[in-house]
Amino acid sequence: MIEVVSRSRCVGCDLCIRVCPTDVFERDTDGIPVIARQEDCQTCFSCEIYCPVDALYVAPLTGPAPDGSPHREEEHLAATGALGAYRRTVGWGGGRTPGSRYDRNHLFTAGMTGQPGTRPNPLSGPGLPQAESPGPDLASPH
Amino acid sequence: MTRPTQTGLSLDTDVMVLGGGPAGAWAAISAAEAGARVVLADKGYLGTSGAAASGGNNLWYLPEDESLRARAVADREALGGRLTDRRWMERVQTETYRQINRLAEWGYPFPRDEHGNERRSSLQGPEYMRRLRRKVHRSGVHILDHHPALELLTDADGTVSGAAGLRRQEGWTRWQARAGAVVLATGGCAFLSGAFGLNVDTGDGHLMAAELGAELSGMEFSSVYGRSPAFGNHTKGLMMQFASYYDASGRPLEAEGHKGAELIARRLAAGRPVHARLDRAPTALRQSMRQAQPNYFLPLDKAGVDPFDEAYPLRLVFEGTVRGTGGLRLLTPDCATGVPGLYAAGDVATRELVTGAASGGGSLNGAWAISSGTWAGGGAARFARNRGALPPRHNLRPAGTTALRAAPPGGHPTTRAEVDETVTTVQKEVLPLDRNYFRTADRLHTSLRTLDTLWGRLADQPAATDGRTMLRAREAAAMTAHARWMYRAALAREESRGVHRRDDRPGTAARFEHRLMVSGLEQLDVRADPVLPVLTAKGTRAARIAAGDASQERRVS
Repeated sequence: MIEVVSRSRCVGCDLCIRVCPTDVFERDTDGIPVIARQEDCQTCFSCEIYCPVDALYVAPLTGPAPDGSPHREEEHLAATGALGAYRRTVGWGGGRTPGSRYDRNHLFTAGMTGQPGTRPNPLSGPGLPQAESPGPDLASPH
Repeated sequence: MTRPTQTGLSLDTDVMVLGGGPAGAWAAISAAEAGARVVLADKGYLGTSGAAASGGNNLWYLPEDESLRARAVADREALGGRLTDRRWMERVQTETYRQINRLAEWGYPFPRDEHGNERRSSLQGPEYMRRLRRKVHRSGVHILDHHPALELLTDADGTVSGAAGLRRQEGWTRWQARAGAVVLATGGCAFLSGAFGLNVDTGDGHLMAAELGAELSGMEFSSVYGRSPAFGNHTKGLMMQFASYYDASGRPLEAEGHKGAELIARRLAAGRPVHARLDRAPTALRQSMRQAQPNYFLPLDKAGVDPFDEAYPLRLVFEGTVRGTGGLRLLTPDCATGVPGLYAAGDVATRELVTGAASGGGSLNGAWAISSGTWAGGGAARFARNRGALPPRHNLRPAGTTALRAAPPGGHPTTRAEVDETVTTVQKEVLPLDRNYFRTADRLHTSLRTLDTLWGRLADQPAATDGRTMLRAREAAAMTAHARWMYRAALAREESRGVHRRDDRPGTAARFEHRLMVSGLEQLDVRADPVLPVLTAKGTRAARIAAGDASQERRVS
């Protein structure tokens, strides 16, 4: 869900209000968008891609991030490069190459539903290498 | 609280398109190219709305190689449980190929393979929809973002003559469009399950069409779930071809293939955890995997999980008739619904003709949106042109019933709490794996009792006073109707076929090798579709080509 609108980065273009398919944002009295209906966020990351100044952060969680979660800390997100990371991947913004130019889906759909070619074989398995632990509890990621 | 008012936006057009996903966009482009004036209204934003916008879209885009295409039809026919129509499948192949090549001409940045050839069988959602929006705009289409439709309008003879709705970002005032024909492209129904990008898909168009007597087909093929990290909602499955699955203690599960998918679902239905790790991905491929499906990796990256190295817990998220196949039954090659002036495209329409009993996710749905959108837009433009002048405004009749009429004297307007309760009641019947993924007659009957009772209450439900609640009330009514159609059809199909699994009726039954139609709102009616599947076994495409019979293309029933 959407967690952060950076007031220091935001230029008030309102694009996020316009592109959000579930109408999560409202315009505040000072012109900066606020998260008015977080519960309506469907975690589609669209606002992140469209934001021209990397001012938004959508956490990968289906519920609100708990208090103290780094998913809510703008400074941490900025320092780790999380702000704007998806926009970089999609290749939007001046001087970037569209991510679709690097699309390699054809490698992974070869042989499916009539597509020509052969898919790369997965390594034999399951269980390569032997799992030691099922991984951390991600209900409240660090 | 803002009240919807009668003072709002009033428009006239030849073709009204409801929905701004790819199907709606292609319909709008097609209608405009046929010379029609076009208005497109979306609940959200043309560019981010719908299942395609936020994900990757593999397409049934096949080279012009007749034997390859014929083989693809035969493969899908078997996978689809022999309910398909090969004439429609061939049309989809041809139309998708043509339109994607046009998309390339319009500048979509396709990748090139190691031989320098463009590969056009995959589209990245955000880029695709941004390009389509631009094309729609340049085609002269009037785009209305954040204009959810509430109901259709007809003339005195019952011919669809427009639509009406709310202006969500203009104080919830009203809009009304008078139109010569309407294309529904409102998507499938995922019941607000939260699946990646699907909360806009609440089955609104199905309800609007059913209020005018339209029939649905394939609604039993609606039990499709996507695999997502347990903490998230990202149901992107293609990379799972490299996954191993584990129980909570790290012991590998035998989860290969079709049986494996069922095993995972049964474990999760029983509340037993399943973890996944992409440890079967060759190291050399990992960068390509990221470039292919960035939004499989994005939420994992954000959560600090390296899926190649670390097993993460899974859940199954319901995707209803978005990844399922049921929807409005189509009567003509240009996607007419049978209600005069009403056409359907994309996931609101049944995809049984091309996917049968199997999910259309992973290439066919994307191709279907392009093809059916193109056909429906053209059909609607022709209908509007042949019809001539629009009916006078005072003759327009609103077709919506539930949740739209003012409360009677002494009654009270519907409240948000009541609407939320409706949504919760429906979700309790359709989201759980042990209700919907694994079905039995007993459980279907139990759910239907609850849902029928709920519908009885909703049928007379008055409108809410604020726009946001009014819209959600219509969505809730649409979901309730949808759930009832799904389960009535599921009850009637006394077998297992494709994604429809009846624990009390395992295995397919030859007597059910036909499609099922369902109709109605108060009383539901289910019957066998008199139009039978058209299968390759009855005459190969190659044979038809040899006979030079090109007229088949126009005779799709």
